[in-house]
Amino acid sequence: MQPTVFVPTDLYVMLSAVLFVMGVLGVLIRRNAILVFMSVELMLNAGNLALVAFARQWGLANGQVFVFFVMTVAAAEVAVGLALIVAIFRTKRSIDIDDLHEMKG
Amino acid sequence: MENFPQLVPLVVFAPLIGLLINLILGRWLGERGVGLVAIGAALTAFGVAVLEWIALANTGYAPSVVEIGILRDWLRIPAAAVDIAWQFRVDTLSVTMMLVVSGIGSLIHIYATGYMHGDKMYPRFFVYLNLFLVFMMLLVTGNNFLVMFVGWEGVGLCSYLLISFWWDKTQKDAKYGTVGWKNSLAGRKAMIVNRIGDFGLLLGIFLVFWTFGTLDFYKPGEVPIAAAHGAAHAGEGEAHAEGEAVVDTHAAETPAEGEALQAQPLSAAMGVFNQAETFLAEGREVNFGPFSLPIQTVLTLITLFFLLGVTGKSAQIPLFVWLPDAMAGPTPVSALIHAATMVTAGVYLIVRSNVFFHAAPFSSAVVTLVGTFTALVGGFIALGQWDIKKVLAYSTVSQLGFMVAAAGLGAYGAAMFHLVTHAFFKALLFLGSGVVIHAMEHGHHHVAHAHAEHGHEEGHHEEEAFDPQDMRNMGGLRHTMPRTYRAYLIGTLALAGIFPFAGFWSKDEILADALNAGFLGGKLEGYIAFGLLFVAALFTAFYMGRQLWMVFFGEPRTEAAKYTGERDFGYPVMVRVLEVLAVGSILIGLINIPSGFWIFDPVLPTHAFTDFLAHTVVYAHAGSAQMLLAFIAVGAGIAMLLLARFIYGRHPVVDGDKDPLEVREQTAGIFAYSNARMYWDETYYRFLEGPFNRAALWLADKLDGTFLHDFVHETLLRDAYNGATRVLTDPVDLGLIDGAVNGVGRLVRWVAGGIRRLQTGYVRVYALSVLFGALLIMVLLLAPLLRQMLGM
Repeated sequence: MQPTVFVPTDLYVMLSAVLFVMGVLGVLIRRNAILVFMSVELMLNAGNLALVAFARQWGLANGQVFVFFVMTVAAAEVAVGLALIVAIFRTKRSIDIDDLHEMKG
Repeated sequence: MENFPQLVPLVVFAPLIGLLINLILGRWLGERGVGLVAIGAALTAFGVAVLEWIALANTGYAPSVVEIGILRDWLRIPAAAVDIAWQFRVDTLSVTMMLVVSGIGSLIHIYATGYMHGDKMYPRFFVYLNLFLVFMMLLVTGNNFLVMFVGWEGVGLCSYLLISFWWDKTQKDAKYGTVGWKNSLAGRKAMIVNRIGDFGLLLGIFLVFWTFGTLDFYKPGEVPIAAAHGAAHAGEGEAHAEGEAVVDTHAAETPAEGEALQAQPLSAAMGVFNQAETFLAEGREVNFGPFSLPIQTVLTLITLFFLLGVTGKSAQIPLFVWLPDAMAGPTPVSALIHAATMVTAGVYLIVRSNVFFHAAPFSSAVVTLVGTFTALVGGFIALGQWDIKKVLAYSTVSQLGFMVAAAGLGAYGAAMFHLVTHAFFKALLFLGSGVVIHAMEHGHHHVAHAHAEHGHEEGHHEEEAFDPQDMRNMGGLRHTMPRTYRAYLIGTLALAGIFPFAGFWSKDEILADALNAGFLGGKLEGYIAFGLLFVAALFTAFYMGRQLWMVFFGEPRTEAAKYTGERDFGYPVMVRVLEVLAVGSILIGLINIPSGFWIFDPVLPTHAFTDFLAHTVVYAHAGSAQMLLAFIAVGAGIAMLLLARFIYGRHPVVDGDKDPLEVREQTAGIFAYSNARMYWDETYYRFLEGPFNRAALWLADKLDGTFLHDFVHETLLRDAYNGATRVLTDPVDLGLIDGAVNGVGRLVRWVAGGIRRLQTGYVRVYALSVLFGALLIMVLLLAPLLRQMLGM
C-alpha cells in the first residue's frame, strides 16, 4: 500500500540544511554554554534528518541504523558536556563561554 | 743418545715454565711449593746439561745445532735479506757454561730457600732467579750473536731487578741520614753502566753483520777451518785428530746440507768464524761505502767493541764500578749473578769469539792489559774494605780480571778453567758470607730483645746503627758456626790459590801462561801481565786472610757475634749447600791439571778440560806446568795468609778503631787509598757525572727554559696561536656561527608572534575556523562536480 502523501527528499534535505545553519549560527553567536550546547544538538539532529531522508529515498536501512548511533553518541556527549558545564560553573560562577578564554596564545 | 741434543731447548724452557708457575700461582703455593718449583726447574736444566755432556762424550764431541720449527724464524725479514735463526748450539763450550750455570744455579736455588725464608716477596725472588736462568741459558746456547745478545740483555735486566730487590730497605747515608733508596740506586747504576758496555757489544755485532752478512757462529754441520786443517796446533795432534774424525762423520750424516752449502753463495754457507778465516787467508777488504778496510782492521774494531761490552758485563776497568754496589742485592744473587755466572758472560764472549781475537793481536793485548789492571785494582781495593761482601765483590772484580787477562793472552782454556773453579769457590764464599750475615742479624735481634726485656731504651737506637755486614762487628765465629767456618776456610784457601784447592790449578795456569807469553812468546803484555797478576795474587791471599781472621778468629767483638749460630730454621739447608760447594772447590781443579805435574800427571788425565774445550775453541791450547812458579806462588800465598794473621790476629779491630795498617805511618796512606776504593766513584763523579749533571742543568735552563719554553712556546707558539684564534673567535664564531644560530631563533620568534594572535581563547573563533575548514574541504570535494555543472 502506497503512502498517500509522498514528501520529496529535496524538502527534507532543505529542512536539514536550514536546521544545520541555525545550529551553526547558534554555536557561533550564543554566549550561554547551555544554548551553544543545544545548537550543537540541533546540528546533530539536522544531520540525522538528512540521513533518514536519504535512507528512505534509497530504501536502505544503513542510514536509519546510523542515526541510532548518532543519538547514542549525542547522549553520551550531553552527559559529559553537561558535567563539564557544571564543573565550570562551580569554579567560575558563570556559564558565559566568553569568560573562558584563558587558553589563548 | 743421538737424540740428546734435541733436548737442549729444555735448558731454556724448563726455568721458563718454573717461573710462569711461580708467577701465576706463587701466591698460593707457599714457601715450600715455590721453592720446590724453582729448584725443580733449575735441576731439570742441570739434568739436561748433563745429558748434553754425555751426548757430546759419546759422539766424539761433535757440535750440533738444534732448532725448533716455529722459533727458528723468529727474526726473518725476506725483503731485507735478514734471516737470523734462533738455534741452540751444543758444543763443549756451551755445555761447559750450561753445566756451571745450572749446577751452581741449582745449588744457589736450594740455598735461597733457606736464606729468603720469611721474606715478604719470596715468590717474586724465585721468579727472578728462574728468569735469570732462562736468559743465561739463552746467552750460552744461542748459535748466533743476536740470540746471545738477547740473553746478555736479559741477564742484565735480572741483575737490575735483583740488585734492587729490597728496594724499600732503609739504610744509613752519610749525607741524608736514614734513606730508603740506596738499593734502587745501586740497581740503576748497574743498569746504566751496563748500557755503555752493551752499546759497544751491539756496535760490534752490527759490524759483524755488515762484514759477514750473518751472525751465526757456525752453520749447522759446518767445521771450523782451523780445526779441520789442524795446522795451527800441530802439537795437539791427538785432540784434533779426534776432532777431525768427528767432523767427518757429522758431515756424512747431513749430506743434504752439504749439497745445499755448495749451491749457496759463500756468505750464506759459512758462519762468521770460518768466513773470518777465509777472508784472512784471502786478504780481503771490507767495503764500507765510501772507503774500505782490510779484514784485520775490521776484526780489530769488532773485538775492541766486544771488549767494551766485556768491561761492562764482566766488571772490568773502566766499567767495573757497578759490581761492588750490586752487593745491595740478596746474597744468593751476589753469589749466582754477580760472582759465578752472569759476570763471566764477558769471558764467554771472548772465548766464543776466539777466532776474532786470535786474528787481532792488538785487541788481545788491550784485553790482557785491561784484565791485568782490573785484577790489580780489584785486589788492591779489597784490602781496605770493612764490609764482608764488599771484600768479596772486589775480589770478584779481581778474579774476573784474571780470566779476561788469560783470554787476552790467548789462554782461552785457562780463562774458562778459572771461570769454572771461580764459580765454585766464589759462590761458596758469597753463600758463606750470607750465612754469617744472617747469623749476625739473628744474634743482633737476640741481643736487642734481651735489652728490651731489661727495659733498656738503647735497644732501638742500636738497631739502626748496627751493620751485620761489617767485619769489625764479628770475630770468633769459628766457635759458634763451625761448619760454616770449615767450608769458608776451604773457599778462602781455594781463592788464595793454595795447593791442592781448585784456585791453585786455575790461577797457576794463568800465571804460567802469562809467563810463557812473555818469555817464550816475546809479548810485552805477557811480562806486564805476569808481574801484575802475581802481585794481584798476593793481594788475594792477603785480603782473604784478613777476612778469615777478622770474621772467624779471635774473640767476639760485639754482643751480636756472641749469639750467632747455625741451627735455626733455614741454616741446615744453607750450610749443606756450603759443604757441597766446598767439596767442589777441592776437587774441581783436578779436571785440568797441567802435564808433568809432580805425582798427579801419571794418575790423572792432563789438561783434560782444555782438550775438551779445544773441540770448540779452536785456538785453545794447553799450558805446561811451571813447577817452580807453582812452588813460589803457593809459598807466597801462604806467607800472605800468615802476614794477615800477624797483623789482624794480634790486633782485633773493633768498630770505630783504626785498621792496624792505618795506625802505622808507612802504610796509612795506602790503606786510606784502598779504603776509599781508589776514589773511582769520586773520579767518575767529578769528571763524568758532575759535568754531565751541570751540562744537563744548563741545557734544562737554557735550551728547555729560555729557548724552548720562553721563546718557542710562549712567544712563537702561544702568541701566534692567540692571534689566529682571535681571528677565528670574533668574526667567524661570534659573527657567522652565532649569528646564524641567533638568527634562526629570532625568525622563529617573529613568526610565532604573528601566529599566536590566532589563539584568542574564544570558543566561537575556533568553531568558526572549523566551519571554514569544513566548507573549504567541501568545496574542494565538490570542485569537479561544480566544474562539470558550469560546463568546465
